[in-house]
This record gives sequence, C-alpha cells and structure tokens, in this order.
Amino acid sequence: MAGVQVSSVSRSFGAHKALDDVSIDFADGGFYALLGPSGSGKTTLLRQIAGFDFPDTGRISIGGESVERVPVEKRRIGMVFQNYALFPNMSVADNVAFGLSVRGEAKAVIAAEVQRALDLVQLGKLGGRRPHQLSGGQRQRVALARAIVTKPRVLLLDEPLGALDKALRVDMQIELKRIQREIGITTIFVTHDQEEALTMSDRIGILRDGRLVQEGPPEEIYDRPKSEFAATFLGDANIFRGDTTGNGIRLPDGTAIAAGAGATLAAGAKASCAVRPERIRIATDAGASDGDANTLKGQVSKRIFAGNNSTYFVERDGQTLKVIVQNTGADRLAEGQDVVLRWSPESTVLIAAN
Amino acid sequence: MAAQSATASRSGLRSALPLLAPAYLWLTVAIFLPLSAMVFFSFMTDLPLSGKSWAFTLGNYAAFFSQSLYLTLLLASLRLGLEVTLWCIVIGYPAAYVLAKVLKGRSREAIFLLVILPFWSNGLVRIFSWAMVLREGGILDTALNAVLPFKINIDLMYSYPAVIIGLVHSYVPYMVLTCYLTLQAIDDSLIEAGRSLGASRLQVLKRVIIPLSMPGLVAGAALIFVPVVGSFMEPRILGGRTGTFYGTVIEDQFVAVFNWPLGAALSFILLAVVLVILAIASPVLRRAA
Repeated sequence: MAGVQVSSVSRSFGAHKALDDVSIDFADGGFYALLGPSGSGKTTLLRQIAGFDFPDTGRISIGGESVERVPVEKRRIGMVFQNYALFPNMSVADNVAFGLSVRGEAKAVIAAEVQRALDLVQLGKLGGRRPHQLSGGQRQRVALARAIVTKPRVLLLDEPLGALDKALRVDMQIELKRIQREIGITTIFVTHDQEEALTMSDRIGILRDGRLVQEGPPEEIYDRPKSEFAATFLGDANIFRGDTTGNGIRLPDGTAIAAGAGATLAAGAKASCAVRPERIRIATDAGASDGDANTLKGQVSKRIFAGNNSTYFVERDGQTLKVIVQNTGADRLAEGQDVVLRWSPESTVLIAAN
Repeated sequence: MAAQSATASRSGLRSALPLLAPAYLWLTVAIFLPLSAMVFFSFMTDLPLSGKSWAFTLGNYAAFFSQSLYLTLLLASLRLGLEVTLWCIVIGYPAAYVLAKVLKGRSREAIFLLVILPFWSNGLVRIFSWAMVLREGGILDTALNAVLPFKINIDLMYSYPAVIIGLVHSYVPYMVLTCYLTLQAIDDSLIEAGRSLGASRLQVLKRVIIPLSMPGLVAGAALIFVPVVGSFMEPRILGGRTGTFYGTVIEDQFVAVFNWPLGAALSFILLAVVLVILAIASPVLRRAA
C-alpha cells in the first residue's frame, strides 16, 4: 500500500491541454473519486498515474518513489477498466492468475492466491468459466479480483460501474467499498456520476477542462463549493448572481441575500450565492419569518412528484429556482400559486466570481 | 426450446435459399463439374479425344507409388509450402500488427495500399520483374555493388531462394490481411490490462495477442500453404533447373506431355495429402486458437 502524490502535472495532446498543472495528494488507504464531465481530464490523469502515458511536466510518486517515467508494468498498480478487459482466451481463474504467473510465481502459490481473490469477490466457484459465460456484474468482480490479486500499491478504477444497470450498480458500489476496506488499498476511482462519487469516496477531486476545481471530503465539497461549477456539478444548486455586500450579495433588483458567517469578500465585486434546493422552505403565506434571513417571493411554475419528495420550480424575476420538499403528507402546492421561499444564511454559500 | 430453434433455423434456411443459390450454382458449374471430369480422367488410360481408345485403370495412381520421384517432389513441395508460410508469418504478422495497432488514419491507408499492391499486378509480370532484380548483373546485384566497398556477386536467379522470394512476395498479403482483421478486433484495453498486471510487452504479445489472433494466423496459413504446395509458375520461372516441384510436374502432364490422366491423378493425390494435413492440424490449431 502506498499513497500517491501528483504534483503540477501537465499533459497536452497537440494544442489541447488535457491536464493543466494538476496537484493532488492521495492519502494511503483512502478511497478517492476523480469526478468531472467528459473531456475534463479525469481519465487522462488516471492514465498518468497508471503509467500508460507520461506527463509533459510535473511529478508523480507512488509510496514516495518517483514514477513519472516508469512504464506501467513496473509500477505495481492494479487497474479495472470500463469494459473490464478480461482476456477472452482464458478462464476466469487464468485471468486472475495472469499477473502472478507473468511474475513467475509457483503454481501452488498462484492457485491459492487466485482462490482467495475469487472468494473475496464471491466468485469462488466460477474459476473454470470463460468470461463470456458471466454476467456484467460477475465480469466486474473478476476484473477486480484480477487487479488486486497481485497486491498492488494502488488500485485504479476507470468508470468501473458505467456499464452496469442501476440496481446492480448500487450493489457493486457497496461491494467495492467493502473490498476496499477489507484490503485497505489506496483506491482512485474515475467517474462522471456524482452520486457514485458522493456515496463511495472519502475524498473527491472535481476536474474541469484539465484543471482541478476543488478537492476535499464529499461533505465539504457539497456544503462549501468554491465555484459555481463545483456547486452545480456535485449536486443541484440555485445560483444567485449580484454584487457582494461583504457577507452576502445584492441582486440586481436590490434584494439582499445573506451568506453564512465567515464568508466575506471585498464589497462591490461581482459574486454569486449558491443554495441547495433541499435547504429552501416553501410556503404560501408571508407568515412569521422564524429567523430565516433570506426571503424571496415567486410563483410555482411546475411540480415534479417523485414519491418521497417533490421538486417545485419557482419563477422569480426571470430566474427558475428549484426547491425540493420532503413528502410529509402536508398540503401540496399547485402550479401557478404565489409562494414565499425562505432559507437561512448558513445554507447559503458565497462564491467569488471567477 | 431446442426443437423450436431447429425449426427457426430450418425456416431461416428456406428464406436464405435465394441468397445462397447463385453462389452454390456457380460453384457447382465452375468447380464441381470440371473437377468431376478430372476425377473421371484420372482413372483413364488415355484421353478420349481424337478417337483414341481408352479403358479404366488405377495405373495413374499406381505410378505415384511406383516411382519415388513423385514422392520426393511432393515432399519438396510440402517443404516449400511450409517455408513460404513461415516466411509469410515472419514478414506479414508484424506488418499486420503495426497496421492494426500502431498506425491510424491516412498513414494506415497508405501502408495498406502498399500491402495489397501485389494483388493488383499481373502474376507473370510480378515474377519476371523479380527475375530482373535477382539475376547476376540485375538490379539487386548492381545496387549492392554500387553501395558496398567490396565486390560481391549476387546471383539468386534459378535458385531455391529465388522461388521462396517470389512466392512469399505473392502470398504475404493474405497473411497481412487475415492477421490484420483478427488483430484489429483485439481491444486495446486487453493489452493495457496485461501490462497493468506487470506483463512486459513481449509477455503480452505471447500470452494475449498471439493467442487471440490465432484464427487469423491459421486462416492465412491455410490460404498460403495450399496453393504454394501446388504452385508451378514461380518455381518454373525463378527456379529454373532447381525449380522442379510437384506442381511443375503436374503442369508438365497437362501442357507438355499431354498425359492428362496422370496429371489429374497426381493432382488428386496432392489434394488428398493437403486435406489430411489440414485435418490433422485443425484440432491442434483450434485448441491453440
């Protein structure tokens, strides 16, 4: 096991900057998600760490050892590919045995290790099958067993759950997390699925256009996004834009929105505030304001019922705001109804304009 | 379930009949009929042309076994087929690999064109141009002596190597094409997966790429081996005196000696031997594939 340090790594393909001065410290034993839209550079970064491609500039080290010019086969990493990449000409057991057998391990050692790895992914009885005889979820497990049987220093996963259907994906998320905890391996996981990143990882790095936008624990990024992009890419957010008032902003129509304590920007500059849809309360009357400093009036334009909750779309001064309300059995609001929205400054994140 | 799928495939065959019929009619007319005439000839004492009397005989087949020359030549031809096939693998497989896995876009198209160019030139022209290259004082000899500081004599004409060179040149595109098709179907991520597991490029080649491209190698080898064993044009023109092979002997029976029955019998013995070799080789090759 080992931590991975990526320092100031840049990589260009022709005129396209796939990675632009990216630095991340992947702690030993952590489960890390690299999240970003397609073309954000997350897979390029993973391939630099794996050693399929070398950075133009910058350093990469695994367990303190500089590896940025070391080819993949010498890096002692384990990798799971998006399409699993199982060798179709070999049985499941031979697939898992591959890494040990190219190393020249003794047959008896290989057989025992392979069985242990297959048991770990709960496929102990399927060693004799061929990959094409397995379901998608089973292939996924074989790919994982094959990647970890060699006891790599780092486990790299390239959108490993992308090809699975929703129910299976949730199962595999839990399974993957269990296995990762059990062997305690540093894991770096590329995904474009924000839910997957939130539920599985200890830390998330958000990439956009080859740059690291924000990095930290899921709760921190969700609660305190540092950019509009981070706020809207990880989860949903209502964004208000205006001029800063120090610890909040003033909208163009003069309405003030207060942000939580500690958030201060030089007054007068352009800035925005982000509010999560589930933090806003919606009511029909102007009623008592029970301490919520931020109040806006609007009109419901649409309601989407999703069983345990409803999403209201509220029109306000040409902007559509999203509000998510838990289904408590209370009266539901009709489309076209005038409403008042309230939320606390603590639920409001002040973001400097970039 | 099984019965159902059997019915389905039977009705599938009926609806596919109009699509199959032209090809099979053509094969019947173009191959089966002349071939059965040749089978018939091979059992005759003489050609029934120009009113000569003839009778049925096994003598033509007996001739093969009574004269050791035919067996010697057959073995020489089989060896020729094996060597040409091996050279085609040695030369064609790396080219196919580069075409399928290294080159992309325009450069791939250009190199591909160069590979299949031999197909577009006339066979005789191809062989005679080799003759100009290989003979003493020919292009190869002159060019090498122009470059090298010492005098050497390159006269490959009328030799076994010349026959090999001519045949490999003619047949290597088959190997490139069949291997290219199977190599191209191998997902790059399989190669990357192998390397991520600690395998060197050579180990990945040996344990992943070659086994997965085996069907292409086998198809290419069969496409090359069979016609090379019966080849006569390249051996005759490039081999000269040394170019006597089983194929040239068969050709002689048809065009020089006019002993069609013997020529036909020798052809069918060759066919039988090749079929036996392929039958023996196929389970081995299928397991390898």
